[in-house]
Amino acid sequence: MLFVNRLLNLRSLHNLHSSLWIEWRIALRFLADNPLQTLLISVAISVGAAVIVFITALMLGLQNNMINKTLGTQAHIRIEATQQHNIFSEIAEGRYVWALESPRAQRLQTINNWQQVRDTLDKYPQLNAVSPLISGPAFAQKGTARSSVALVGIDPKRYHGIINLQEYLLEGEFSVTASDVMIGSQLAEDLGLRTGDKLRLDAGDNRQSVMNVAGIFELGVRELDSRYVYTGLKQSQTLLNLPGGVTLIEIKISDVFVADYWARRLQKLTGLYVQSWMDSNAQLLNGLQSQTMTTQIIRVFVAMSVIFGIASVLAVSVVQRTREIGILRAMGSSQQQILRVFLLQGGLLGLAGSLLGVLLGYLMVQGFNSAGQRLFEIVLEPSMLLSAITIATVAGVVAAMVPARRAAKYDPAVAIRYV
Amino acid sequence: MSNQNQQVVLQLNKINKIFNPNTPLANHVLHDISLQVSRGELVALVGTSGSGKSTLLNVMGLLDVSSSGELYIQDHLTQGLSEQQRTQLRSESIGFVFQFHHLINAFSALENVLMPLMLRYGKPSKEQTEYAKYLLNEVGLSKFIYKPTNKLSGGQQQRVAIARALVSRPALVLADEPTGNLDTQTADEVFNLFERFNIEHQCAIVIVTHDPRLSARCPRTIRLDDGRIVYDGASVDLPTNFQAT
Ligand SMILES: Nc1ncnc2c1ncn2[C@@H]1O[C@H](COP(=O)(O)OP(=O)(O)OP(=O)(O)O)[C@@H](O)[C@H]1O
Ligand SMILES: [Mg+2]
Repeated sequence: MLFVNRLLNLRSLHNLHSSLWIEWRIALRFLADNPLQTLLISVAISVGAAVIVFITALMLGLQNNMINKTLGTQAHIRIEATQQHNIFSEIAEGRYVWALESPRAQRLQTINNWQQVRDTLDKYPQLNAVSPLISGPAFAQKGTARSSVALVGIDPKRYHGIINLQEYLLEGEFSVTASDVMIGSQLAEDLGLRTGDKLRLDAGDNRQSVMNVAGIFELGVRELDSRYVYTGLKQSQTLLNLPGGVTLIEIKISDVFVADYWARRLQKLTGLYVQSWMDSNAQLLNGLQSQTMTTQIIRVFVAMSVIFGIASVLAVSVVQRTREIGILRAMGSSQQQILRVFLLQGGLLGLAGSLLGVLLGYLMVQGFNSAGQRLFEIVLEPSMLLSAITIATVAGVVAAMVPARRAAKYDPAVAIRYV
Repeated sequence: MSNQNQQVVLQLNKINKIFNPNTPLANHVLHDISLQVSRGELVALVGTSGSGKSTLLNVMGLLDVSSSGELYIQDHLTQGLSEQQRTQLRSESIGFVFQFHHLINAFSALENVLMPLMLRYGKPSKEQTEYAKYLLNEVGLSKFIYKPTNKLSGGQQQRVAIARALVSRPALVLADEPTGNLDTQTADEVFNLFERFNIEHQCAIVIVTHDPRLSARCPRTIRLDDGRIVYDGASVDLPTNFQAT
């Protein structure tokens, strides 16, 4: 008899913990039983969630826009040969030397073993594009008009991953070969060039070549559009008198914000001079960081007000339901069950509110995108909506923690008498 | 079988209850209460207002803890049990009926009756639901099983509460002034139900009541005055000066 009793006890103990069915049911009924309160707090949560979604999407859109504009026409990481410097002879112990050092003239320098470096870099899947190129100064000439330009000799297939020139093409076609070059729109205007015209390139020391303008691009950066002349790799090597050499390896990576890390890593790996876009765009980076921080602060404050909103509503609800909690305890519910009933209510409020809020945020973004004058488009990623819902639901549970614990700790004998 | 009839469901040895002990507000409400209730007994608990009847009932039902003494429920010593174990013992052995019917209005009559089972086992089985419907039918509420309980009259609500107290087939039912707010006729009907279930299910029932007519219908009466038992015996022998409440 006692044995059977013990078995029964064990089974019911197990059931008490394995089944959330009744907790769900009570939580849902309690919420439905007070529809106005539930609706009001859901709306309040949804406004908070919508603000978070909208402001996050807005900032993301803005930053992506700025980064794309800046980095669309720039490599993320540049590898150059180390600069030349003077080497001093050993100074004997205890002696002082006054020296007047004049820095060395930096002639164009090629990267040693660049094929090997390229092949090594190709093995990293995180590096989306690795493009060796040769770059040096020259003059472009049409008739009597002259303009100083930067010769950029590229391997078109590889360079495609750095700047997709096709996208920026104004006229003509994308072609860099032994005879074809691409020039920027500003240069074309300065020299009065059209597609199909001939252009004389002069790199000094009587190294000259007449090329055919195959296409004109506009990158939107005046400096580049007025100076860049893209040629085939071989052509520039010949003109710059560096046969077989490259002066630069440009790289694009998938996550632009870890460019610094990769730059340092590649520096160690190659021993060459490596710079990331973050080094050369410190101001932009600074701007982005302060934007991110501002957004973060706003989000934290909105989230906090949502959490306190849920907590206060549940605190009131726990008091209102004191007697019912007492009844449930008298009917055999455990403290854990009461705790879970209120945690579930918090989670459900967070879920319902954020679902509504995500919808609201979506509408706000649509409204923003369809408004006439705008600089950029906001893209709402499903993953962001999903994470907003998840965070709000978890926040709801967290917010419910204090009131739920209070409900669970009620003395049933006292609670039952509460009116 | 006769042996089982003698089975002790509830036993109290020198139970004391002091509210707010060791404070200026200390209130010694129960003094050395010792009593036994056996299977199938129907006991009236009477006494003047403030004599400690509800407090005693709460202690017996494990809703409240005593300050000293021993309380056995079906051979289990309850002192020293964890909150969780007390809850479990309560849900297995004890059914409650309170004065203000204490139903949960967000649920229907049927769900209220099923609540003790649902809290223990989760989703109710067909048999459990059938049994709850049977009980509601027995208390005369077959027409109201799906109604929210706040749409029922006081007497109907109290009958739901009785069905709920019985659904887990407890060995002990504790009722605190179950007819306190009902008119005489409804009170009689509700009391009839207690009597019937007491006989049919052989559960021990302790009823707190101020109504001498009803306590007279219980075979045994316990009278409390200022937290002490002043009479425990057959109701018919209750001295007349103890009948006033
Ligand atoms: N939670 C509590 N804290 C302090 N004192 C309490 C508490 N509950 C009850 N008391 C006191 O215990 C005494 C007995 O109260 P109890 O409710 O048990 O009486 P009762 O016999 O049920 O009275 P009634 O017939 O009016 O219901 C009263 O003096 C009351 O003030
Ligand atoms: Mg009382």
